[in-house]
Amino acid sequence: MKSVISALSAKLQSGEWSSLYLTEKYIKEIERRNPKLNAYVHLTFDEARKNAEAADVMISEGRATPLTGIPFTLKDNIATDGLLTTCCSKILQGLKPYYNATVWQKLKAQGAVLLGKTNMDEFAMGSTSETSYFGAPLNPVDTTRVTGGSSGGGAAAVCANLAAYALGSDTGGSIRQPASFCGVVGFKPTYGAVSRYGLLAYGSSLDQIGPITSSVTDAALVYDAIRGDDKADGTSCPTPDGKTVLRGDVKNLKIGVAKEYFEGISPEIKGAIDNMIAEYERAGAQIVEVSIPALKLALPVYYIIACAEASSNLGRYDGIRYGYRAKNYTSVDDMITKTRTQGFGKEVKKRIMLGTYVLSSGYFDAYYKKACLLRKTVESQMAEAFEKCDVLFAPTAPNTAFKQGYSGGNAVETYLSDVCTVPVNIAGLPAISIPCGVDKNGMPVGMQIIGKKFSDALVLDTAYYAERENLSLCADVEGGVKL
Amino acid sequence: MKYRLVSGLETHVELATATKIFCGCTTAFGGAPNTHCCPVCTGQPGTLPVLNKKVVEYAIRAGLATHCTINTTTHLDRKNYCYPDLPKAYQISQFDKPLCEHGYVELESGKRIGITRIHIEEDAGKLVHESGYTYIDYNRGGVPLIEIVSEPDISSPEEAKEYVEKLQLIMRYIGVSDCKMQEGSMRCDVNISVMPDGATEFGTRTEIKNMNSISYIEKAMGYEYRRQIEVIESGGKIVQATLRYDEHSGETSVMRTKEDAQDYRYFPEPDILTVVIPEEKVDEIRASLPELPTDKLHRYICELKINPATAKLLYKYKRVCDFAEKAFALGAGVKNTVNLIVGTLYSKLETEEDKEKFLLPVTAEEMAKLVKLADEGKINITLAQKTLAKMAEEGKPVSEYIRPADIAGMDDGELEIICRQAVEANPAAVADFKAGKDKAIFALYGFVKKATQGKADIKKPDAIIKKLIK
Repeated sequence: MKSVISALSAKLQSGEWSSLYLTEKYIKEIERRNPKLNAYVHLTFDEARKNAEAADVMISEGRATPLTGIPFTLKDNIATDGLLTTCCSKILQGLKPYYNATVWQKLKAQGAVLLGKTNMDEFAMGSTSETSYFGAPLNPVDTTRVTGGSSGGGAAAVCANLAAYALGSDTGGSIRQPASFCGVVGFKPTYGAVSRYGLLAYGSSLDQIGPITSSVTDAALVYDAIRGDDKADGTSCPTPDGKTVLRGDVKNLKIGVAKEYFEGISPEIKGAIDNMIAEYERAGAQIVEVSIPALKLALPVYYIIACAEASSNLGRYDGIRYGYRAKNYTSVDDMITKTRTQGFGKEVKKRIMLGTYVLSSGYFDAYYKKACLLRKTVESQMAEAFEKCDVLFAPTAPNTAFKQGYSGGNAVETYLSDVCTVPVNIAGLPAISIPCGVDKNGMPVGMQIIGKKFSDALVLDTAYYAERENLSLCADVEGGVKL
Repeated sequence: MKYRLVSGLETHVELATATKIFCGCTTAFGGAPNTHCCPVCTGQPGTLPVLNKKVVEYAIRAGLATHCTINTTTHLDRKNYCYPDLPKAYQISQFDKPLCEHGYVELESGKRIGITRIHIEEDAGKLVHESGYTYIDYNRGGVPLIEIVSEPDISSPEEAKEYVEKLQLIMRYIGVSDCKMQEGSMRCDVNISVMPDGATEFGTRTEIKNMNSISYIEKAMGYEYRRQIEVIESGGKIVQATLRYDEHSGETSVMRTKEDAQDYRYFPEPDILTVVIPEEKVDEIRASLPELPTDKLHRYICELKINPATAKLLYKYKRVCDFAEKAFALGAGVKNTVNLIVGTLYSKLETEEDKEKFLLPVTAEEMAKLVKLADEGKINITLAQKTLAKMAEEGKPVSEYIRPADIAGMDDGELEIICRQAVEANPAAVADFKAGKDKAIFALYGFVKKATQGKADIKKPDAIIKKLIK
């Protein structure tokens, strides 16, 4: 893996390319390839050109930062002032917020260039991006397969070189899993390290914005650009000053391996991860066996808590103030009912119903309350594991990318495929997924590196070792903007 | 059979913080529709609430002033329900861990009305129905509220009235709310049931929603008390229900019954972290509380020996009390000060609100100077009243009306000349006085008073006149 952002930035800084020139290159590639890949759902080329011009001024005035002039994408659930933000749902048809998400505000101030909004599962509910109102994006590695989800459009765009990087959101694996399916890097920071202000909520206590990139170096650059305490988000917290330093220093690093993470994992994936662990051991890391029995609880806990919060978060979509509104109604209640019936997709309705049920009086204690208690158990067992090791290595997903259409008929299997990613969200931990070889079909395998709360820098640095030693290689896809 | 009335009140009080509970918008009343709002308080997708610390502080003030214990670790909850005036489809409130609990308000009789809990929450917007359309004004959305829930300790409409008035007074005293029922900054839900005298179990209750005047609360309670008794006496059963009160007919009617009660699906608000209040902060707030109304009334009567009727006219208005107490501190006598306030200044402050605001251009310093002149007998009380009335209109200092020469006192010789003139000018009165009609001497006082323009204390001329007549 090599840093796309650093390479592009060098060209911009040296004056070889202008940001506008680079932006036009991306635009041309998107126009050529996106109709098939469907990575982008809303194109913001006017905004991109304006951003590029502003970036060129910044560069000429010597005010450039590492991201100045670099074209990127935002997931369609991150609010952009005056630009479509629809969560790939019919119910938010035409929604143009009149404020900016904190992450976009920060990136804009640093001269980032917004190419568009990328495809996702409707309201981030899904693991394949197939629940998108705009149809699924295709996996650039093999277009008969899904990108993963829910940030599938962002992963596809980065994989196909249709953006230098993407911002996604991760509630139960939605950054890491598509990154692993598309053979790129996906980083989910510690809960609270990046402001959620402007992220259209799915599961508020789990949601976290993070980067999808072509390298660990890029992930660190983007993370540094978006992190930190935000007055507009009471759950955000300060992060260490200064830039995240990547050395790839793994000597004496204690790598924990929890057997529970490997139960039900395909031998191919397990093999790929074992190989990677062996490489780290050779570099002087210590491998520590740990046990996290509560890990298997994380999945049901996740579906109860995420759906409960979602049922409340999505209550505001009623057709009154913005978005889609049903025609032909007889009263306000009728209008709201019809709007929701027509505006929400099947998966979203399923989760709203599930969430409403677990919060209902009479069921609250048996489901929601119990889930909250078990969440604490998962959190404390994870914390205990981190008393014995510095980071955990685990698969990102039990499988590689499904075939398009497969998950529709295999809903439970699809839910189960979140098993490796959700514990991190339940416990609010940082985790990165990096490419770790391919399976027999040539589909990328992902490996997770998980750290304790606020050890984001250590997680990135540990991943950087694989990058530096060329142990981790991004999927190489034809086309797109190449250096 | 005789029935006891059992009632508890849920009182919503809008807090007088400058900004809303979860964003920086103003809380000012009125304003063109949807001009006091932002992406946060209109619940735009993706926005997040950030708790205004002042709201917590104000609610703690309210809790301490009503003798509550403060839960220093607390959190907010979502109360989910779908209504167009609630743009997030949930109200951020508190469910199982209110900020304040277990307090009371003491009535004049000494009876205590228990406070179950006080919690913080956000107000909703307002629906405006006009020419066949419904419009939504979100200006009020996100204005901070406290909900004060009482125990079912209220046993008559009169007690309810006194309880609400006491709450109003306390909240105004501690500066957390103006409690204007007509503007909606204070509103009550009244829970009411009846039980036969001697019974030990409460009857089924009904709840009258959104009462915005004390007299309506009294009337509605009276009506509902009689209605419930009638239902029971005629063999019927009270149905647990939420009622509305029609001000015009004076009757209650059913809004919804328990069967269609909403399930609010309360759960902890994930967007706001657990609120932890340091004990020192609570102590600091406690120390900053002013003397509370009941304590003040007690002190006025018992320590300052103000007569109870006058004390009651004063203690309700904190600014008036502050003014009086400042004058006391500057050496003004209590009796003259309070009599001048109640007698003279109150005639310039006609409404409750005028007295509440106490916007007169008289400073406590000038008031003290004036009162001291009266205390020392340098001017009589009538002149003091007249002067104060002018001061209250014109806002000028005492020295503008009463010059040093005026209060230097009368030269005794000069005073004797005037007294002599008085005797000479009123032969009939002199004769009457000599004949034993003591009151006849007032005619002579009147002459002296006029001639001296009130400068002389009446004790001196009294002695001179009596000497002259003898």
